[in-house]
Amino acid sequence: MHAPVATTGRDLRLDLFRGIALWLIFLDHIPSNVVSWITIRNYGFSDATEIFIFISGYTAAFVYGRAMRERGFVVAGARILRRAWQIYVAHVFLFAIYMAEISYVATSFDNPLYAEEMNILDFLKQPDMTIVQALLLKFKPVNMDILPLYIILLILFPPILWLLQRWATLALGAALALYLLAWHLDWNLPAYPEGSWYFNPFAWQLLFVFGAWCAVGGAARLAPLLQWRATMIAAVLYLGFAFLIALSWYVPEQISFVPHWLEDLIYPIDKTNLDPLRFAHFLALAVLTVRFVPRTWPMLSSWTLYPAILCGQHSLEIFCVGVFLAFAGHFALVEISGAFWMQVVISLLGIVAMIATAALISWYKSLEGRSPGPRTKPPDADLAGGEA
Amino acid sequence: MRALIAVLLAASAFAGRALAADPPSCAVPDNLVFSDNDLSRVSEAVRKQHQLAITVLGTGSSTLGGPDGPSLAYPARLEVALNQRLSKIPVKVTTRTKGGQTAESMQRSMKDLFIEDKPNLVIWQTGTVDAIRRVELDEFRTALEAGIETLQNRGADVILMNMQYSPRTESMIPVGPYVDEMRAMAQQRDIPLFDRFAIMRYWSDEGAFDFYAAGRDNGLAQRVHDCLGRAIGTLIIADGHLEPFVNKDFINKTSQ
Repeated sequence: MHAPVATTGRDLRLDLFRGIALWLIFLDHIPSNVVSWITIRNYGFSDATEIFIFISGYTAAFVYGRAMRERGFVVAGARILRRAWQIYVAHVFLFAIYMAEISYVATSFDNPLYAEEMNILDFLKQPDMTIVQALLLKFKPVNMDILPLYIILLILFPPILWLLQRWATLALGAALALYLLAWHLDWNLPAYPEGSWYFNPFAWQLLFVFGAWCAVGGAARLAPLLQWRATMIAAVLYLGFAFLIALSWYVPEQISFVPHWLEDLIYPIDKTNLDPLRFAHFLALAVLTVRFVPRTWPMLSSWTLYPAILCGQHSLEIFCVGVFLAFAGHFALVEISGAFWMQVVISLLGIVAMIATAALISWYKSLEGRSPGPRTKPPDADLAGGEA
Repeated sequence: MRALIAVLLAASAFAGRALAADPPSCAVPDNLVFSDNDLSRVSEAVRKQHQLAITVLGTGSSTLGGPDGPSLAYPARLEVALNQRLSKIPVKVTTRTKGGQTAESMQRSMKDLFIEDKPNLVIWQTGTVDAIRRVELDEFRTALEAGIETLQNRGADVILMNMQYSPRTESMIPVGPYVDEMRAMAQQRDIPLFDRFAIMRYWSDEGAFDFYAAGRDNGLAQRVHDCLGRAIGTLIIADGHLEPFVNKDFINKTSQ
């Protein structure tokens, strides 16, 4: 293992916050987990998904952008599609684990109180449909919605990246236009057995492309804006507002302090279509983060934050491990004990397991000379190709 | 010292009696039951017609299996509880349940409800099937809105009832967003929500019931439904402002 060093211009803040986002996603994925009280979704509108998608867009543009400049559209495009394929395989692997868990539950669970809830197992009766629909990314069990979104975003990314490198503002404008159109015309992809995608790709692409836009020079353009006092004040005020609204979700209705007209205005806060309130909340968080965590922050190369950075550098693997651990953790809570201390232990064990996996992957890659850490070879676009 | 003990004993006896309205095993804290809304049609029916007609519109989780199921499920238990507590007011609870229905399909056939029954109050239990099928939240919300409007326009008060707390299926059925949606809807429309999810969760946390149990335990299901029925009764009495009609000796009766 190596101490983290920013080589080839990689911004370690991205790895740090993506790593933290992965931990938060894991904690949120364990149902009724008391530890998930610490995650940001309880204190405002947006949650770790926004962080994950934004940073994924940023790193994708950063890594494949360089490949596209140096090796051309075809090579970079092929690498992006290979990445999408890897994510698809990972998704199918997670689906297999999900099927294993649910099949086990189906044979052991017979509580008459929950006869209706057991209908969730009905799809086991028609595996032909279910498995095919899962392979088509239409059937997506709980907590397995982010990877299909990521796959679609990557498949469409080569031409977007091409456009970003020539007319960045135009590309961002197109993404915004698509977002508005999707809102206006209710565009979404169909899901199985009914409904549509939980994360609407037509809406969430905006955040991904915005991340990519930041990576190809947008961040530098925004820098003066971020220095404004007014930007800071607006961000702080908005976060305060979101916090108050979030607080109102947890106090009894009788003492609710949110006026009806405001409720009518802001609700529903639509996660499926990346509600503007959520997007704005993410932007406000990003403004504060960029301001108070400079790229040269000494802590970034300290050992304290290394575990999070390590997880962020192997985001796909760690995301999958996190989804699996959330399944397994919930299983343990049900089968062994759901007590408070057990929830804390499961949460901590899960994060330790994620860190250990990331360290293991890092070690493997260092054996193959693919470590993201310091190295003597000249930078090669492919090195980080697996980490977009 | 003796006086102090006597006072303490009296106080504990009093507390015991206050709790006896709900057996201690499934008492629910006030903030989980009371909603501070008005069931004006319930209030009117009891005051003017001296009777109360309630319809439970629901899916599978409003029923219990087996030959005794209908008389043990919460709608029947609610009827018993209300008739006990409002002994001078005949209360009738009709059950209209059908498994596998989403809020949308229930809303579409809602008008039929008023052909045979003339409910003053409809308890609309929904959301479970929507969560299982992952119906779009937009559609779920629209269906809830339309349904509440239909019921109110036909002259009934509405209580929304959300899903059961089911720890074993939690990682498979994403109930959270649908629970939130129903809470928000009740708040916006100023109607009571019987927050079955939060109440059962509370029972689970307090150790009143073991919802993790996987085996075929009819007793558990029956006790839970009995407790649910009585808790809904408490909500109806509070929001219908029916306290003046509650039996004076009710507490003594049920604690026997």
